[in-house]
Amino acid sequence: MISPAAPTHERTLRPKGDLVIEIEGVSKLYTMGEETIHALRGVDMKIFRNEYLAIMGPSGSGKSTLMNMLGCLDTPTSGHYEFNERDVAAMIDDELAEIRNREIGFVFQTFNLLPRATSLSNVELPLVYAGYSPSERRQRATEALEKVGLGDRMHHKPNELSGGQRQRVAVARALVNKPSIILADEPTGNLDSKTGVEIMGLFEDLYELGNTIIVVTHEEEIALHARRIVRLRDGLIESDTPVQ
Amino acid sequence: MLDGSFACEMVSSRVTLLFSKKFPMLRLIYEFTESIRIAFAQIKANAMRSVLTALGVIIGIVAVTLMGTAINGIDRGFQNSLAMLGDDVLYVNKWPWRNVEDWWNYRSRPRIRPEHAVALNRVIEQTPNSLLEVAVPVMGTRESVKSGSQQISGVIIFGTSDSYSRLMSADFKSGRLFNETESAGGRQVAVLGYDVAEALFQSRPAMDQTVLIKGQPYTVIGVLAKQGSFLGMFSFDAQIIVPLVSFKKYFGTRRGGGELRVKVTDKDRLADATDELIGAMRRVRGQLPGERDNFSINQQQAFKDQLEPVKSGIAMAGLFITGLSLFVGAIGIMNITFVSVKERTKEIGTRKALGARRRTILLQFLIEAVAICMIGGLVGLGLTFGLCLGIQAAMPSLPIVFSMDLVNISMIVAVTTGVVSGFAPAWGASRLDPVVALRYE
Repeated sequence: MISPAAPTHERTLRPKGDLVIEIEGVSKLYTMGEETIHALRGVDMKIFRNEYLAIMGPSGSGKSTLMNMLGCLDTPTSGHYEFNERDVAAMIDDELAEIRNREIGFVFQTFNLLPRATSLSNVELPLVYAGYSPSERRQRATEALEKVGLGDRMHHKPNELSGGQRQRVAVARALVNKPSIILADEPTGNLDSKTGVEIMGLFEDLYELGNTIIVVTHEEEIALHARRIVRLRDGLIESDTPVQ
Repeated sequence: MLDGSFACEMVSSRVTLLFSKKFPMLRLIYEFTESIRIAFAQIKANAMRSVLTALGVIIGIVAVTLMGTAINGIDRGFQNSLAMLGDDVLYVNKWPWRNVEDWWNYRSRPRIRPEHAVALNRVIEQTPNSLLEVAVPVMGTRESVKSGSQQISGVIIFGTSDSYSRLMSADFKSGRLFNETESAGGRQVAVLGYDVAEALFQSRPAMDQTVLIKGQPYTVIGVLAKQGSFLGMFSFDAQIIVPLVSFKKYFGTRRGGGELRVKVTDKDRLADATDELIGAMRRVRGQLPGERDNFSINQQQAFKDQLEPVKSGIAMAGLFITGLSLFVGAIGIMNITFVSVKERTKEIGTRKALGARRRTILLQFLIEAVAICMIGGLVGLGLTFGLCLGIQAAMPSLPIVFSMDLVNISMIVAVTTGVVSGFAPAWGASRLDPVVALRYE
């Protein structure tokens, strides 16, 4: 159990594991009307198992595009992308869905919980798509909810939960299928600062347990929780530095 | 603190994945049951909207099933009527049972006389292995009938011989047909149709009572069971059967329209029997080779051929018109599914991000559309059932029949409507770009 009032952590840097993500010369073009927008202009990046990474950049920097790419929601226009040694750039829709289901746990700024489903059902959702039996789903979802400290809120619907609790449900949902990476897009953007710190504490714990975490944010404070910060500008990596 | 069994869990998770990959069927079933659960939750959450949408389907299903029932009923009435004619009986008439354009070729034909039956029966007896069994003369007219203070007019008086019993399709409620002696002797005995007996005697027994046909006293020796009308044109229950000899004596042969009814031995060889009958009739009539037949051989098939296009015309028109209402219902379903997809675009994006495949999304919205249609179908079926019972109670003469086929057909129609109308929006939903869908507000 994580006590919600324990936001301070001793900052440890865990040894890097195997290579999880490798992108080389990735670029993405959008055509809007007659204009072509270069959202990414050739990005190289390597992410290893059990890294804690923050991606930063002003709006229009290509931050969201890179996140969509890393999250296998989108494929690059050109360039190379390997996820656990599998070539993602060439994958079709359903294969990408499979990767997202098994390898990536998403945490969204707006939580994106199903409004009419209980916490338990929300957390079970990725397991449904993975093909687990109902009893196994229940067991795993219960475990995941207990991990984020919501063992007593399993049968509550999102509108019966606070913002922080909703985001915890979302984190439990991201965790439940034991993904290779957890990809959080402005996870504290809709939370007050105190609750935001709690959620970042939760990420810290997950990192300590060996998870790989990528947080996309524009807030310096949030980014400082990570062990490595990648800054983007105009579709290119401006800097890629470890955090002390 | 969190417990640190992560690595171990990773292993067990991979094992389960292998398991579920081995059984993709199982995964489909989980997705399917999940979709059904979601569909019903969604319908419940949007109750008013779902009910209004289903209403279109309900009206469509009721219209289609009621029309189906009516067509069924018409068909049954039609079959019943034809069965009264008998499928093993050939009719020898002056006119064919179809519309003829060259009526002048028929008008001058000699009448069919009852005496022909005697001659025909002689020919039949002489023919070895004849396909014809017996020829029965029949004459008919309309007269008024009286008993005590009760009088009815326009009753069909039907003169025939005792051999009529061999090709009769009606059952007796009580009594019998006249025998050979009564027939040949022209005794004044009568068999009453059900409605005639009912009208003249109400609940009193008609047997052995006397009825006056055109003033002539006849003793009732039998009453027929209820038969119904022939295609709604005339009723077999409003007839009186009397011996032909007495018929000719009192009800005249002035217009002389008689016919012969010939029973065949094997109804599967009706064509051969017809050929034989034509030859026999030509002999009886003494027609020369090369001369055209001066009589017509008719059978129930002629009615069938004439009425079949009428019947299918009614069915087509009826189903087309009622189909339109179902079509409008289907458009309602399609519309509401489009709305549902639009409203839940972000949810679709989330589901896709969590690993829902195209198939999963397609299934989810299809099942939702089908579920509304099936609910509509069931309610519609219930309404049709009630309406059928009501119509039957109010107007027993209408051939409205609620059948098990109707249940199957309406459920098939409902599901098909759901699939057809839900497919386009569901397909669109399944192909949404997850990035675009997630960004949708």
